[in-house]
Amino acid sequence: MKSATIQLETLTCPSCMMKIEGALIGLNGVEGDTVKVLFNSSKAKLEFDEEKITLAEIEAAITRLGFSVVKSTVR
Amino acid sequence: MFILKHKSLITAIGGILIVSAFIIKWTTGDETLFAWLMATASVSGVLPIAIQAYQALRVKVVSIDVLVTMAVIGAFVIRNFEESAIVTFLFLFGAYLEQRTLSKTRSAIKELTEMAPESALKQMDDGDFVEVDVDEVDVGDILLVKTGAKVPVDGTVISGEGSVNESAVTGESIPVAKEKGSKVFAGTILDNGTIQIVAERVGEDTTYGKIIELVEEAQDSKSAAERFIDRFSKYYTPTVLVLALTIWLIRRDIELAITILVLGCPGALVIGVPVSNVAGIGNGARNGVLLKGSEVIRELSRLDTIVFDKTGTLTAGKPSVAEKLYYGSYTSEALEYLASVERESDHPLAKAVLDEIGERAVYPVEGTEVIKGEGIIAYVRGRRVVVGNIALMEREQVLLNDAVRADATRLEGNGNSLVFTAVDGELMILMGIRDQIRPGVKEGLSRLRKLGIKNLIMLSGDNQGTVDIVSRELGLTEAHGNMLPEDKSAYIKKLIDEGRIVAFVGDGVNDSPSLALANIGIAMGGGTDVAIETSDVVLMNSDFGRLPHALGLAKATTRNMMQNIVIAVGVVLMLMAGLIFSEWVNMSIGMLVHEGSILAVILNGMRLLRYRLR
Repeated sequence: MKSATIQLETLTCPSCMMKIEGALIGLNGVEGDTVKVLFNSSKAKLEFDEEKITLAEIEAAITRLGFSVVKSTVR
Repeated sequence: MFILKHKSLITAIGGILIVSAFIIKWTTGDETLFAWLMATASVSGVLPIAIQAYQALRVKVVSIDVLVTMAVIGAFVIRNFEESAIVTFLFLFGAYLEQRTLSKTRSAIKELTEMAPESALKQMDDGDFVEVDVDEVDVGDILLVKTGAKVPVDGTVISGEGSVNESAVTGESIPVAKEKGSKVFAGTILDNGTIQIVAERVGEDTTYGKIIELVEEAQDSKSAAERFIDRFSKYYTPTVLVLALTIWLIRRDIELAITILVLGCPGALVIGVPVSNVAGIGNGARNGVLLKGSEVIRELSRLDTIVFDKTGTLTAGKPSVAEKLYYGSYTSEALEYLASVERESDHPLAKAVLDEIGERAVYPVEGTEVIKGEGIIAYVRGRRVVVGNIALMEREQVLLNDAVRADATRLEGNGNSLVFTAVDGELMILMGIRDQIRPGVKEGLSRLRKLGIKNLIMLSGDNQGTVDIVSRELGLTEAHGNMLPEDKSAYIKKLIDEGRIVAFVGDGVNDSPSLALANIGIAMGGGTDVAIETSDVVLMNSDFGRLPHALGLAKATTRNMMQNIVIAVGVVLMLMAGLIFSEWVNMSIGMLVHEGSILAVILNGMRLLRYRLR
């Protein structure tokens, strides 16, 4: 299990947050309970199973929604 | 995605199309071309909104985009292209302005994160230093920090020396000297010198990383009121949708139905409270006050009682010379003799005396005799120097006249320990030494009173006599001595049971039960871990003067939130009333007022960034 912090473009509407949260929770390999999208700091934090999903796939899910990813760190 | 990436371009095109449509209508009166231009503007404008709406629906969220898209489609159906074009343009342009202004309100916190170090000079296996990304530094790595560079991680100096500006961590910009064995912190800047350090804590574990994380979590933490608004808006948007559909089905009035869709957008209400919050917390972060979230701000603004720990909070925590009186004829030499004698002692009072005297010529000391509980007798340059309390003076038969005795009584009454210095049996110097009140505390307390704090209470482990003296000097409401940490927390519990809103201010080390138990725990911490973790508010650099700022800021932020809620609810009520009782409300005006109210709450929130305590 790894934890990722993904810095997104500036989020402006609280519904964007819900959209991203919804999309991330739906991904196979992402721990649903750990997904947290921070509105003001425009960050997504989550834990994922690196055997089931890669960081690139998680980022792709976000970009598909039309939000750009600025930087991600994995620990 | 292309369309979403170029939203501002689409907005601009929409704006140009609308303006040219109106110009053509007024100059040539060509209604067909006018309709075509407006329709084009509507279609291009609604595209990004519709895509966002679809994405939201896919994750089961009825977002504001859904409402707007349906309204625009409705307007299209009844061939009102003018309205649909203006509504899409206003919505997109509003979103653009919101993004711009929102990033301003967040700027204070952004400054903080941008100050985080990005690279480090790491020692490789061959002994050379190579620049690497700060994420690649592990605990135990040896790093080189050059003049002007940021210390990349928390660690210990292993060689070299220099002075470091630690304002990022402590809020204090006076450089601190570092040498082998000194601790250095990530985010601080090496003003001069070159040092090598060994990494002890990296990334988010560093003190600086923790501060950033704390502030970031704080601005997104939600109070009960906000969670209510969130839940409310989750059901509110679908409700508006159902309402509009019902009206359309019953009244067969598409115009009215789509107007309701636009009016029902919950924008200002959803964004108003978080905006005040983030601006308030941002202002705090800039001024060395870390507030842990909006619930903390709300409680802080209702505070009526503040309980202080004495030592280290109200007083400096170490004795220093408060007053010195000279009696003899050769003061300068006497001070040199005193310094020479005290230099050999490790008594806390001796240290205070030396700090006061400063650099002086010192002489060899002979035949030193320490009298426990009284003082020291020694010979300097052949003279007999006696340093100690009044009992020692009397035993040594030093003459103390009435004036001296009066001075001594007065100093003792103010809580001082007395140090007499006699040379060859003649009294030369009298010093009064005590744990003095920290600078800025008196002014700070009077500001707190002005901000509506009714009870200022001090609890201390010291004896009641000392406590009473400090209390009298500061004009506190209550002061209690002889208290163990558990007595303090019991006392705070009693105050809370009496229905008061209580803050506890302590240094965060030995008072964690009290910090945790009080409604608000305020740590005077120079950025220590314990302080950051156990408290609700951290005052950087232990600066007492920041406490009134924190309180005033909390009050201003709470007021700001209330104003935003009033603006948001007021606008919705006004529009609804306009819709029911008059003719002037249509879709475009609804959107204009709606976007206007969102900008109004953001701009109102931004005022907090400039807040200063008067």
